[in-house]
Amino acid sequence: MIKYSNKTDGGVPPVSTASLPDIVFMLLFFFMTVTVMKDSTLKVANELPNASEVKKMEKKDRIIYIHVGRPTEKYSAVFGSEPKIQLNDKYAEVSDIGTYVLEQIGKMPAHLRPYATISLKVDKRTGMGLISDIKQELRKVNALKVNYTTYDGDAFMNLRKTDN
Amino acid sequence: MPRRAGAPEVNAGSMADIAFLLLIFFLVTTTIETDAGLDRMLPPIEPPEEDVIIKQKNIFQVLINKNGQLLADDNIIGLKELRVKAMDFLDNNGDGTCTYCKGKKDAESSDNPTKAIISLKNDRETKYGTYITVQNEIVGAYNDLRNREAQRLYGQDFTDMEATYLNPETPSGVRDELKEKVKRIQDLFPQKFSEAETSTSN
Repeated sequence: MIKYSNKTDGGVPPVSTASLPDIVFMLLFFFMTVTVMKDSTLKVANELPNASEVKKMEKKDRIIYIHVGRPTEKYSAVFGSEPKIQLNDKYAEVSDIGTYVLEQIGKMPAHLRPYATISLKVDKRTGMGLISDIKQELRKVNALKVNYTTYDGDAFMNLRKTDN
Repeated sequence: MPRRAGAPEVNAGSMADIAFLLLIFFLVTTTIETDAGLDRMLPPIEPPEEDVIIKQKNIFQVLINKNGQLLADDNIIGLKELRVKAMDFLDNNGDGTCTYCKGKKDAESSDNPTKAIISLKNDRETKYGTYITVQNEIVGAYNDLRNREAQRLYGQDFTDMEATYLNPETPSGVRDELKEKVKRIQDLFPQKFSEAETSTSN
């Protein structure tokens, strides 16, 4: 027969959960400091290639991002499946890149402008034709520092055949 | 009626829930910073004032076709051989002026590392993934040679030295010291790496 008793004598005392908020706050602050806010939603597939000889990008304030890839499923019905360029939150044409980059450089504080770096986040299935056009546009506006942003990994993984 | 105790204690039991809610919010809206990549400088669009004459043997030409096949100095090679071939070319020391090189001194290959140029040309239909692999191998060839010299001169890897030098958290005293060393190694094997415009033919 089971007897319920309210007496605590002899039983195991309940574990105190008073420090739980402190632990959770600690976690919270950890994540707040090591992460950054997502600043734009991706509208293009963005599976970056792997490379092993990578250099970390120093600071975020001097980086201008250009995303390239096929429109994601949600948008492919309207925009088709050819690789497109995404600047900020919008699809853009090759001819828009020059203006965009100059505008972004203009927004930076003057002392950072010489260090402005273009981060090319390009899906690994994209053809080089579009990339060459982008590079040509960047050369026209004299934004010569580029970073081919990649994942850290074995570069030969890129050669593996992927469906489409 | 006088109170027996002071103000009643606020129940803090839900504090954990609130904190969890915040934690989950931050987990969802943020990403851990993982940006890294291959740094490159694009060539300026204006051609240089004076034409520089470069001997054919000082250029190591790498062509990638649309199927991702490689042609290096007129030989079809596999991607895995590229790093070794590029290192052989850079380290060749054809005119014997490079005292630290260990190459074969082949008269048909590059004169010395400061004159050796790697030229990369790709087709418009080359996949970006393949292109990055080739870039990675060429940068890797430079890094391997620089690491070798850094090991000989300073007993550490060049890539580590450079990473410490570029890290903004490194104390400035250490950085000034590293700057000289990094510069010296870079000058031993300067990265002369040209990205020509793409060809439209196949």
